[in-house]
Amino acid sequence: MNQIPISQAFLGGMILYAAAGLIGLIAARQRNLVRIAACALAALGAVLEGVASFAVIKDAHETIISIPSGAFFLPYTFRLDPLSCYFNLALAVVGLAISIYSFGYLKSFDSQKPVGVFCFFYSLLLISLTAVFTAANAVLFLVAWELMALAAYFLVSFDHEKDETRRAGILFFIMSHAGTGALLVAFLLLGTWAGSFDFSAFHVASQTLTPLQRGSLFLLFFLGFGVKAGMIPVHVWLPAAHPAAPSNVSALMSAILIKTGIYGILRIAFDFLGIPPLWWGLLVLAAGTVSAILGVLYALIEPDLKRMLAYSTIENAGIILMTLGGAMVFRSYDRPFLAAIALAACLFHIFNHAVFKSLLFLSAGAVVHATETRNMERMGGLIRRMPLTALCFLVGAIAISGLPPLNGFVSEWLSYQALLGGFGSTLSLTRIVFPIAGSLLALTGALAAACFVRAFGIGFLALPRSSQATHAHEAHPSMLAGMGALAALCIALGLGATLWLPLLDPLVVQLVNNKVSSNLVLAGGLVLSSGSPKGGTVAPAVLAGLLVLLTLLPGLLLAFWRRRRRTVSGPTWDCGLPGLTEDNEYTATAFSKPLRMIFAAFYQPRREIQTEFEVSAYYPTSIRFESGVEPAFETHLYTPLKDRILARASRLRTIQAGSIHAYLAYIFITLVVLLLFGVRS
Amino acid sequence: MIEVLVKSVIQLILLLLVAPLVTGIIRTLKARLQTRRGPGIGQPYRDLFKLLRKGMVIPNTASWIFSATPYIVFGTAALVGLMIPMTATDAPLSLFGGVLAVVYLLALGRFFLALGGLDTGSSFGGLGSSREMTISAIAEPAMMLAIFTVALSANSTNLSEMARSAVSQSWRFLAPSQILAFSGLFIVLIAETGRIPVDNPATHLELTMIHEAMLLEYSGPYLALIEWGASIKQLVLMTLLVNTFFPFGLSSSWMVSGLSLGLVFYLLKLLLLACCIVLVETTNAKLRLFRVPELLAVAFILGALALISTFLF
Repeated sequence: MNQIPISQAFLGGMILYAAAGLIGLIAARQRNLVRIAACALAALGAVLEGVASFAVIKDAHETIISIPSGAFFLPYTFRLDPLSCYFNLALAVVGLAISIYSFGYLKSFDSQKPVGVFCFFYSLLLISLTAVFTAANAVLFLVAWELMALAAYFLVSFDHEKDETRRAGILFFIMSHAGTGALLVAFLLLGTWAGSFDFSAFHVASQTLTPLQRGSLFLLFFLGFGVKAGMIPVHVWLPAAHPAAPSNVSALMSAILIKTGIYGILRIAFDFLGIPPLWWGLLVLAAGTVSAILGVLYALIEPDLKRMLAYSTIENAGIILMTLGGAMVFRSYDRPFLAAIALAACLFHIFNHAVFKSLLFLSAGAVVHATETRNMERMGGLIRRMPLTALCFLVGAIAISGLPPLNGFVSEWLSYQALLGGFGSTLSLTRIVFPIAGSLLALTGALAAACFVRAFGIGFLALPRSSQATHAHEAHPSMLAGMGALAALCIALGLGATLWLPLLDPLVVQLVNNKVSSNLVLAGGLVLSSGSPKGGTVAPAVLAGLLVLLTLLPGLLLAFWRRRRRTVSGPTWDCGLPGLTEDNEYTATAFSKPLRMIFAAFYQPRREIQTEFEVSAYYPTSIRFESGVEPAFETHLYTPLKDRILARASRLRTIQAGSIHAYLAYIFITLVVLLLFGVRS
Repeated sequence: MIEVLVKSVIQLILLLLVAPLVTGIIRTLKARLQTRRGPGIGQPYRDLFKLLRKGMVIPNTASWIFSATPYIVFGTAALVGLMIPMTATDAPLSLFGGVLAVVYLLALGRFFLALGGLDTGSSFGGLGSSREMTISAIAEPAMMLAIFTVALSANSTNLSEMARSAVSQSWRFLAPSQILAFSGLFIVLIAETGRIPVDNPATHLELTMIHEAMLLEYSGPYLALIEWGASIKQLVLMTLLVNTFFPFGLSSSWMVSGLSLGLVFYLLKLLLLACCIVLVETTNAKLRLFRVPELLAVAFILGALALISTFLF
């Protein structure tokens, strides 16, 4: 495809997104019209964006689109390079599935809810995300970044009648702006030193900076982007905001909005700031490892299905940061090949996570709608009532647990190979750091598997645990279509990983100037290798084929062994009680109890039991039980911080006495100081 | 292609036949050590044959997950068995997946087994699933560290390459890193195969059980498939241990003479390892569930020490 159709497709996609949003505002009264038109336009826009992005990646061709604009003093310049387009492609794919899903999902909204307003902010989020990924200068980037935060804020607070939702929205708003503050400072500093806010000027300018300047820039950027990426300890907004939002928005946020942070870190670490010193990479690796383990530990004990998925997003952001940090370390060692493998693992996991996490959130949305609760203790038995939704969730659960032969396995396998490659380095520190990080990745993977066995086993299997779950119904066909497409993509990306990897080449070349696919894909595109000739190999498609074969083998043999075996259906063993009820089932809390006890030092679980009795404690009239864990970051970091800020602020209040004269004096003094400052410099 | 197929079929048959044998040997040795006669080495075969002929009772609360689980457990175990060198260094399917694929395929089987336990709605199933996932989660990093140590000294995660590298330096197992890694993996083997002191394979309907609790509702051919799959998994892990650390007698080709010699050596090594397992099982009492993490922490530390010592010595 030549240049003009790419830019036309890109802008056309943006215009379609915008049209979807405008329809939402204009025809807000016609609920059905808005729903159908906005979803269709957004889906079409996503198709166009996807085609444009795919073309750019495939041809490894950079396209710059400038829109002459007098208004707003904004330089509307978009740069479509492979890195931008890769994220934009993920957005388009996920956005398409979510838009199809929303067609049915929005129907379920309460008739009092403004569907039109929802569509407006949803489209605004799609536009601003696209702009964040493709902005070619800092001003446009920051404007898009703020629009994104704003749109996301309104979507998170959509159910604003609930106190919890309002709090979540405000927390998101504050954290997001704290992050933006760091970014603003960083961009202003870098822009001043570079003499331009154009992204292409940053790379050149950073060569002349001192290590101190570069280091402080990196820290500011890392903090600012880390907030959006959901990195621990600046993650607190995420588990509050994602469950509060409508599920299609949670899916978009978890799959893509989180990735804007990762995109930013990739941009600064591999583009703006040149070759990184060793400590940057180690810092990112450490932050990633901590986020991965703590994220999954929190996910493991969470009874709220959507909040569990939100914590799992923190875990996956951690895994992505681990490989990203690895790539940075290898780059500072000048090992472009290892850096390329680590980057391939990182980029692959970014896309995979976008796919399976949006799948899981969408399935969770269908379940939450059907059962009217987010608490998995009140679900159960859904595999009979919502068989297709359950199947979609199961596919997502297998993929996110990194189990073969789906896509999560392939990216985790690549991550292991990249981390193992670190052992070959010369510094003994990194030689030991990488395999330890690898083993902690294994811990994360195994805990994630436990977490999703719990979610699926408690939420979908056995007997229904509430009357709502008993009367649950299958999701709307369009919702199933959206989920089904993502589930199919999980399988396709897993089995076809060897076909997908060459697509990452342009990105890896752009970032570390090294190719991967020719080394990683062997045997006519069937086998994935770790790069060295006798290194590790894996062939997900072959494994899948053989697995199906060996799984069917005993069934075939049993069928050939003609023998009349009686299969009867009977009750589950209930220890002689009169019939098994949902009260006999294992609960989600009980399921994670052993791990809660093993990691008690981290969770600091507390529980409170109050028994009321009249005659003896053995015959209680009522029992009240409450258990929970210590929210360590909130109590030890954020509450003291908030208290201190409020205390300082109240001291500042003395200058705000309410007297107009005093305020005029402040303005005058400020003006004089600024003038003096201006004259001196 | 044909060659791979023939090798796979040979190894599959070997796998299916040897796995119950090892279970039988362990049980008999254990009985002898406890001055019982024991049911004899052939009992697992007779059990499997009997179960395969029987009918089944399927719990009426269960879904298709319950029925799919036995096949998946069996299938993953058998597939893993084809990727691991048994009698020859060249495993039939080693190109298609190395040690990481082995670990994760076994995890896939475990994932479904745990779901199968939860699917029945019985508290025992949930209890077993919860404990199984817990113990495997904390065993995983220890296992990976030990595996990394071996993989790094072979510079590959491909099992055939690892075996070949072990053959080329046949006294390597005396190196401190290898001894430490072996000890770590041995503890993981005990935990993963559900043996004393982690789990007791001989109990039913006790509140301490782990593996058996998940299988409580399974009967007939389904139970046979799961039991067979579990014994194949045990064989695979034992093979991983004996062939990567003590590669003696591994045939370098698939010629009949080499293979038969390799088979004799292989069975001898398995017998020795089985003796070790039986000794551990007989001389230890079962640990309380919450003491198991300490044991696995020991395995983790052994793995970490193994890794450090690879570049100290």
